[in-house]
Amino acid sequence: MSPDSTPTLRPNYDVLAIREDFPILAREVFGKPLVYLDTGASAQKPRQVIRAMTQVMEETYSNVHRGVHFLSQACTDQFEAARETVARFIGAREADEVVWTRGATEAINLVAAAWGRANVGPGDRIVISTLEHHSNIVPWQLLRDGTGAELAVIPVDDAGEVDLDAYAALLADGRAKLVSVTHVSNSIGTVLPIAEMARMAHEKGALFMVDGCQAAPHMAVDVQALDVDFYCFSGHKTYGPTGIGALWGRKELLDAMPPYQGGGEMIAHVTFEKSTFKAAPHKFEAGTPAIVEAVGLGAALDYIEAIGRDAILAHETEVAEYARERLAAVPGVSVIGHARERGAIVSFTMDQAHPHDIGTIVDRAGVAVRAGHHCAFPVMERFDVGATARASFGLYNMKSEVDRLVEALDEVAEIFGR
Amino acid sequence: MNELRELYQEVILDHGRNPRNFRRIEDADGEARGDNPLCGDRVHVYVKLDGAGGLGDVAFQGRGCAITTASASIMTELLKGRGEAEARRLFDLFHAVCTDEAFDPLDVPEEFEEELDRLLVMAGVRQFPMRVKCATLPWHTFAAALDGKATATTE
Ligand SMILES: Cc1ncc(COP(=O)(O)O)c(C=O)c1O
Repeated sequence: MSPDSTPTLRPNYDVLAIREDFPILAREVFGKPLVYLDTGASAQKPRQVIRAMTQVMEETYSNVHRGVHFLSQACTDQFEAARETVARFIGAREADEVVWTRGATEAINLVAAAWGRANVGPGDRIVISTLEHHSNIVPWQLLRDGTGAELAVIPVDDAGEVDLDAYAALLADGRAKLVSVTHVSNSIGTVLPIAEMARMAHEKGALFMVDGCQAAPHMAVDVQALDVDFYCFSGHKTYGPTGIGALWGRKELLDAMPPYQGGGEMIAHVTFEKSTFKAAPHKFEAGTPAIVEAVGLGAALDYIEAIGRDAILAHETEVAEYARERLAAVPGVSVIGHARERGAIVSFTMDQAHPHDIGTIVDRAGVAVRAGHHCAFPVMERFDVGATARASFGLYNMKSEVDRLVEALDEVAEIFGR
Repeated sequence: MNELRELYQEVILDHGRNPRNFRRIEDADGEARGDNPLCGDRVHVYVKLDGAGGLGDVAFQGRGCAITTASASIMTELLKGRGEAEARRLFDLFHAVCTDEAFDPLDVPEEFEEELDRLLVMAGVRQFPMRVKCATLPWHTFAAALDGKATATTE
């Protein structure tokens, strides 16, 4: 790396000012300033999001798409403006390609159920990778069991990178109908070569879906540049509220898909003989949606954009790489996953202590890490660990917090031996 | 830090490192698998009856944290040679030790006075609600094995 490309000098990234936006970061845990290293599980919320949600409830709240009255219009405008924010955030051609869901889990279930039921049959193949979160495994198993299709898994190498030759082999006979993979592994941080994988899938006639949970909050995402067919993420991991997320799909795919759930909001006309449905995205949004949460998510994405995703990525990469370096130097610690392209997630084990015990001990030092299988049993199996401890970083984390984690690990060694 | 020291007592660390009766019983009369879905820990508990209403042998295998492993190890030592009914009463007592804030060692029935010390080493988990399940998983699994159930979970 040449001296002028080292990312340390970034006068514009004022992490202390950013931290001021997150009220929870000022609190203490067990008498120590909180060090929150569990953003991969869920991100903390800036005032801007809290305020936007409060504003709706205090000033403009009403049901959407229903009334002729003033508030209904005002609230619908905010709700639909948030959809446009999502569309811009991921580079969608239009807002009508964005479907509100409860999160990534519901988005994947929606595609597996609505697209899957209409398009998948016996002998067809769905392809996922070893790195998937359970929410990008189980919906496809349900589809497989309901249709007689086959579910195939792309293996990963010891570094944690997907094996592209094995992937090509799974596509070769043209039976693959859809590939669904994570953009960034939530358990070991691998960034998958999405654009290349999507191109390979399309060449063999398969559609390509991306679980963007661990990418959207951390790096610029452009669904058109990536040339994928479906992309989804969860609001609560992008500094927004729980209960909201988004599915993006190509317009022509969404238009051709049957509805997911039935109810109000999604219909054009109902008689007891037959109902007709609204066009996408409303066709997929049965029932009163998470209105306040959608507005909150819009505010969260605006917040991310105001800081700038390239700046966030550079900052987080610096902190995460520092963490890898420092953790690897702790006696007994092994970092799991060494992909060349990796996100702000560092998973590790310690010879002396089980991750669960590590989690408990560092917690008493005010440091929040996740300990467990990270909803990715197959990854744990692949790397022959029952569980890992995981530090995941957000736009508000600092190198000094990595130091606090490493200090807390000293207490683990104090108890369990060095 | 005191609470941590109380949780990770020497006895627990020792059983965690060198678990006793850590083996499979090939001709077990009962066996069950216990899962803690929270962290992915898993234990298998094997029970061999002695033909006279007692537990001839109790052993376990599995992968877990120090608390789960130590609890399982201590459990097998405590249970070997006991009657079934007595074993279940011991489980109840253990459960109280791990979860009951008002637990008073003076209330322990006479029959278990001798076992009390070995049960009390686990009392530290009371200050760590997220870890209580680690301590109780082996016992739930043992109960499932006795009852002829194949699996137990902490959920
Ligand atoms: C990669 C990945 N996919 C999917 C999910 C599921 O997200 P949610 O529970 O918000 O639906 C998560 C969250 O843990 C994740 O990290």
